[in-house]
Amino acid sequence: MTDFLDPLPWLIVLPLAWGTLAFVLGPGRGGRLAVAAIALQGALALQLAGQLIDSGARVYAVGGWGASLGIDLMADGLAVVMLLLTQAVALPLAVYARGYFAASPKGRELFWPLTGFLLAALNALFLSADLFNIYVTLELLGLAAVGLVAIAGGTQPVTAAMRYLLATLLGSGAWLLGVALIYGTYGSVSLAVLTPLIHSGAPLAVPLAAALMLAGLLLKTALFPFHFWLPPAHGGAPAPVSALLSALVIKATFYLALRLWLELFLPLTTVAAAQLLGALGAAAILWGSVLALMQSRLKMLVAYSTVAQVGYLFLLFPLATQVPPAAAESALAGGVMQAVAHGLAKAAMFAAAGSMIVATGRDDIGHLGGVGVRLPLTLFSFGLAGVTLMGLPPSGGFSAKWLLLGSALETGQWWWVVVMIVGGLLTAAYVFKVLRRAFLPRAAGDRVARVPRTLEFSAFALALASILLGLFGAPLLELLAVGRAA
Amino acid sequence: MSDPWLPAMVVLSSLLPGLIIFFLAETRIRLRTTLNLTGALVKLGFIGVMLWGVQNGREYVFRHTVLPGIDLVLHADALALLFVTLSAVLWLFTTLYAIGYLEGAPNRSRFFGFFSLCVTATVGVAMAGNLFTFFLFYELLTLATYPLVVHRGTDKALRAGRIYLAYTLGGGALLLIGTVWLYGLAGQVDFIQGGSLSALPPEAAGQLQLIFLLLIAGLGVKAALVPLHGWLPMAMVAPAPVSALLHAVAVVKAGAFGIVRVVYEVYGIEFAQSLALLLPLAIAASITIIWGSLRALFQDDLKKRLAYSTVSQVAYIVLGVSLFGPIGTIGGLVHLVHQGIMKITLFFCAGNYAETLGIHKVSEMDGVGRRMPWTTLAFSLGALGMIGVPPLAGFASKWYLGAGALEAGMPWALAVLAASSLLNAAYFLPILHRAWFKPANDAWPDEKIPQRGRWETAPLLLIPPLATAVATLATGLFAGAAFSPLSWVELIAVREYLAWIP
Repeated sequence: MTDFLDPLPWLIVLPLAWGTLAFVLGPGRGGRLAVAAIALQGALALQLAGQLIDSGARVYAVGGWGASLGIDLMADGLAVVMLLLTQAVALPLAVYARGYFAASPKGRELFWPLTGFLLAALNALFLSADLFNIYVTLELLGLAAVGLVAIAGGTQPVTAAMRYLLATLLGSGAWLLGVALIYGTYGSVSLAVLTPLIHSGAPLAVPLAAALMLAGLLLKTALFPFHFWLPPAHGGAPAPVSALLSALVIKATFYLALRLWLELFLPLTTVAAAQLLGALGAAAILWGSVLALMQSRLKMLVAYSTVAQVGYLFLLFPLATQVPPAAAESALAGGVMQAVAHGLAKAAMFAAAGSMIVATGRDDIGHLGGVGVRLPLTLFSFGLAGVTLMGLPPSGGFSAKWLLLGSALETGQWWWVVVMIVGGLLTAAYVFKVLRRAFLPRAAGDRVARVPRTLEFSAFALALASILLGLFGAPLLELLAVGRAA
Repeated sequence: MSDPWLPAMVVLSSLLPGLIIFFLAETRIRLRTTLNLTGALVKLGFIGVMLWGVQNGREYVFRHTVLPGIDLVLHADALALLFVTLSAVLWLFTTLYAIGYLEGAPNRSRFFGFFSLCVTATVGVAMAGNLFTFFLFYELLTLATYPLVVHRGTDKALRAGRIYLAYTLGGGALLLIGTVWLYGLAGQVDFIQGGSLSALPPEAAGQLQLIFLLLIAGLGVKAALVPLHGWLPMAMVAPAPVSALLHAVAVVKAGAFGIVRVVYEVYGIEFAQSLALLLPLAIAASITIIWGSLRALFQDDLKKRLAYSTVSQVAYIVLGVSLFGPIGTIGGLVHLVHQGIMKITLFFCAGNYAETLGIHKVSEMDGVGRRMPWTTLAFSLGALGMIGVPPLAGFASKWYLGAGALEAGMPWALAVLAASSLLNAAYFLPILHRAWFKPANDAWPDEKIPQRGRWETAPLLLIPPLATAVATLATGLFAGAAFSPLSWVELIAVREYLAWIP
């Protein structure tokens, strides 16, 4: 295979290119280009997945320079799973966004360029092989995301964006501080160089650096109690933006936390720290679900649901730390499955919520009556996404819950079982709160307009994918195992 | 083993029409009806082929690996076919009935869509080949029935729906914990005759008892075992065809059938006996039988009385399962079918009274036998069958249950059965007396469908209950014939107890 056709660099270059081109084309343009380019990115990610299944994890030296001087890109199973998720979520959302901004133009001017940069940052982050490059991608990601939150304009979104900017800069700052400490200790930022060094002995600065970097990531992932910035940012942005942020952006920082924990800082991990992360996750599940249940605005409900669902991701840390390898693998598979399932389902849910808001002209759960009759497919998509979030079968969310429950029971950590079950029931409560309303007939004085077909079908595609993941999830786990020393 | 696609086709034959129906416009009545009936008939055709095959010792297994070590298995064995056939036949009748019942009502596409999903889930529950697959369809059933329960959208319906969800999702959570725990302990647990858990080391006994408790509690919610039955009488606010399906085949039967699978094919009846699990189950079933009957006595609302009667009657199945011995097994399993046929008849009739004359209460039924003789005849057959009058279906069930109790050395269970039969008579016979022998009041509460020639009500409302009433008589009269429910159940019992049947 010639270097030029290698999918790795193109996954980063393509979105940068179409993002820039969309900017040049002028406000609001470039949607069709984006859809085509993301489809191509999806094909590249699939090609890369095929390469990994065939011949294991890969490294790509940008410009042929190699590590220490040049920049390396690295793709193992975990990274490619996240790449696949990113393109799989972005493609239907791009289709959705074209329809959405045609119906509700507020904020369309800068959507496509910022989305291009956002996707470039995400893809680069997943493929980065050194701590400093990761810092750069984190900053690009954060700035693109903040920009997207602010594009609708108005006091509320801009305030939310400023709060988000503060959180994300603080997080990146903590990361950079940690990287500086690491570089000062070992004189390198390459993951491949650092991993054996840290495993053979770490001076006091290293745990400090690890704590700083992890704290920065938790802030950006909006893990309880760092979730304060998320609901206004995700609940206030235009629906396609909310979907991108909830489905993908917070997953990127979770991915980094997972990588650090399982690989770079593995010798420093302790059961106590893992239990603490799990406890924060449990608190997120309970607190986020209860708050979601109390919301009267539809998008705020979905945003608080994200706060809760992030919690499930962090249950994987206590379940995978210093336990028998089989239980740890099951926990990792469950955690990653949860990230993928939630990505698809939450994108579907925000998209469906956006359609309902466009149709009813207001963001209010109390006025959803009639939606079930007028937008049955949208409501069905919302319901399917809800099934995944509740962890009911057959869905990706269920597979994730099954794996996590199995590993919790196997390692005797029954308290996480209780948390997951209670969380699932609370999720059912807030999902059915919406469904019940939407089933009712239209109230006098309300209006429910039709929405473009593309809005309905793109949300449905995402929801269906989150369900099918539960039936055909085995290849994903096979891919995940590539490059993991089991 | 051959032809793995047949079980999958049985599931798909209602799933696909259901999914298409969701997206049909309200006005496409003819297409919707065609889809519904084609699905029902095609399903029956596939089942017929499998019935013939299983009778001749064939097995049909469909297997798909979902995650490493977790398979989705559809397995059409004799026990599965017992339940599948019941569901498919009664689905056909209920569909016909529902078409007549909902004529002109709003949201019919949604109704029939979820109705088909509900049957899909039921046949999936029936053919599930392991606990994972069972759980999958069991939860799907919850989701598919919720919109049917709240179909009318009234405050009362929404409240019932909320309670229904709270009970069933809670029960599902318990079932999930039990299932995952069992998978961790024993690996993938396929349903096989005689169960597979007795091979585990004896130290696991305590855990297995706890898991049994979790599984039965999870299943007991849908089977409406006291004290987990609270949702069932409330759920009767649903439209009559839904109640009919819920009480006769879908929800309560899924729970009871799950208990059958867990006792016979996960634990194995002998292993369950050695873990001392059967006696507590028999006691729980007995309490439910008596309590349900007692509560039914005091209900004036006809559908509520029938609902409490279901609570009591479904526990017969559980009682039969927990009697250690082949005769009790036969009694419990055959009641799964007989109760379904009788109860669906009763609910169809209750729906007819409500739709035709606006009668919802027992106290309004005076003289209704003269205005609606055919419906009342069907109702009478169902009610007498429930009491256990020979030669109706219910008699065969009770005969075997009683004999099974004696065989298992539990004569007290015989007393429970006798007391329950008396109570059944006490709450059904007054209805029959009112309907046939009391003079009618001046006017019916709300006469909606006038008498037209010989038709006392709409033909589509009348034919299904008459058909199932005839079935009540026939399954009792011809219980010994080949392919009757009873002889099929004997086939199952023979295979379960390895031929030590008299």
